[in-house]
Amino acid sequence: MTQDNPAVICRTLTKDFGTGESRVTVLRGVDFEAHYGEITLLVGPSGCGKTTLLSVVAGLLNKSGGEIEVLGTDVDTLKGSDSVLFRRRNLGFVFQQYNLLPALTAAENAAVPLLAAGFNRKAAVEQATNLLDKLGMGERAKAKPNQLSGGQQQRVAIARALIHEPRLLVCDEPTAALDAESGREVMKLLRESAVRADRAVIVVTHDSRVFEFGDRIAYMNDGRISKVEIQTGNQIYAH
Amino acid sequence: MNFVAWQMLTGDRAKYLGLIFAIAFSTFLMSHQTSIFCGLMNRTRSQINDVHDAGIWVMDPKTQYLDEVKALPDQDLYRVRGVDGVEWAVPLFKGTTRAKVHSDGKFRAVILMGIDDASLVGAPRDMVLGTFDSLRQPDSIIIDRVGYKFFFPDQPLQLGQELEMNDRILRISGICNSSAPFVNLPVAYTRYSLAVNLVGRERNLMSFVVAKPRAGLTNAEAARRITEQTGLRALTGGEFGWATIWYYIRNTGIPINFGITVAIALIVGTVVAGQTFYLFVLENLKQFGALKAIGVTNWRITGMILMQAFIVGIIGYCLGIAMTAAFFESTKNNLDLRGFYLLPQIMAGVGVAVMLIVVLASIISVRRVAVLEPAVVFRG
Repeated sequence: MTQDNPAVICRTLTKDFGTGESRVTVLRGVDFEAHYGEITLLVGPSGCGKTTLLSVVAGLLNKSGGEIEVLGTDVDTLKGSDSVLFRRRNLGFVFQQYNLLPALTAAENAAVPLLAAGFNRKAAVEQATNLLDKLGMGERAKAKPNQLSGGQQQRVAIARALIHEPRLLVCDEPTAALDAESGREVMKLLRESAVRADRAVIVVTHDSRVFEFGDRIAYMNDGRISKVEIQTGNQIYAH
Repeated sequence: MNFVAWQMLTGDRAKYLGLIFAIAFSTFLMSHQTSIFCGLMNRTRSQINDVHDAGIWVMDPKTQYLDEVKALPDQDLYRVRGVDGVEWAVPLFKGTTRAKVHSDGKFRAVILMGIDDASLVGAPRDMVLGTFDSLRQPDSIIIDRVGYKFFFPDQPLQLGQELEMNDRILRISGICNSSAPFVNLPVAYTRYSLAVNLVGRERNLMSFVVAKPRAGLTNAEAARRITEQTGLRALTGGEFGWATIWYYIRNTGIPINFGITVAIALIVGTVVAGQTFYLFVLENLKQFGALKAIGVTNWRITGMILMQAFIVGIIGYCLGIAMTAAFFESTKNNLDLRGFYLLPQIMAGVGVAVMLIVVLASIISVRRVAVLEPAVVFRG
């Protein structure tokens, strides 16, 4: 596997929910790629299957058919603890509702992936505090989520997603709960801090105001990728 | 992740305290009621416990328990003495009579123990004032502290006070501590020959023969021989104590009453703790989903939930036990409540029950999180 290959490759990927008459096909043969050093936006109307595709890519749901390769691994073949370990080592997550633990401080929240990997608490929180500092949140490192604005919470969530240096970052509607200005700041932060030559970023969004931050925009409709646009001007690293 | 579990638990103060208090009160109810029950049952055999010198109790074959006795004819004493393996055997009277303060007429029923004139076997050992061999003096009795406080309230403990029993004036020659009897009556000790004259006359008056086996023979073996050779019922002190306890358990509503309270404490504790804990987990479901997505295993999350449950279990248990201990500590000088205390066995048993509550309370929560699809975090 080289950095020239896409980080994520989906070929005629399908995903059904339910069985028999109640079966619903959400992904109807998706062909999709996400490349290292890029932000790939996955856009489309509600219910078109964006989040389902993201869940399958992240190994949170199993495919029903087709092929999928994430970071050179067929994630669908990973079972149980192997799948969990794969996610822990290689994936970072940013959620629409942040999903920060309300009882933890910003730094402790950002340190969670390190704690899950067995890091010493002091070292993990110190490392998280440093990262928050780089993300402009150093002064709020000891604040609890309810003391932070939506934009600040999302910054903490980004820190949590990046703390363990994942090779693939998946973001589900990271700006949906934010106002326009905060949304732009979050995307800018992602652009500046998350994009690296050895990392791919997939952002599911329906917020057209942030399309400018994507290097590649995959349009999805009715369970399929209908169009892919490449915005070369945004590329930071050549690949 | 233990730190994360701890922070999640204590972050929601209301539920955290709710869980702790549910378990604490459950613990308190279980340990308190069980202690009272055990204390009460122990009281039923208090006069057996207070006879330290003799290990064997001989009685009519149909005698079921301590407080309902068919007296033995005097010759049974000699039959027991004649059994091979019996070192000595002496008569013991146990009955109830009415004692009256001679000066002011205040009266109360008392448990009267008549002990062997010669050996004073069965005399009280825990003397507060005087000595037990003062019973050798004519018309003397030893009364327990409860009795003294009843008959002579607000008076300092002193010897020489007089009580009247069956028209006979008796002088208090000693004051003792006795184990609290089941009915909490005063206990008075006197010589056997005097005791039988202080109660209504029946043809036979010897309640029990108490005996000691000769060296090298166990109480149980000597008791077996007595039964075999005399046809009387002979039990060791321990066996007779338990026989008395079992009589009360089988023939009174006491165990049912206490059992229901303990069962309710167990059920309510489990339900309240389980429900609160389940709500706590439900409210954190998205966070647990996020942890699963991030790469925390089901086992680790199960461990976190169990750790949270055991923390509240341990804190709640300690609080509940402390409340029970505080209750018995605060009542230890109340003579009417003597004999009630928190036994280590009860602490251990309630500890097991609390662990059961904790496990039951967390099972549903663990299951809920275990089957949680981590993809739930992507559903806004």
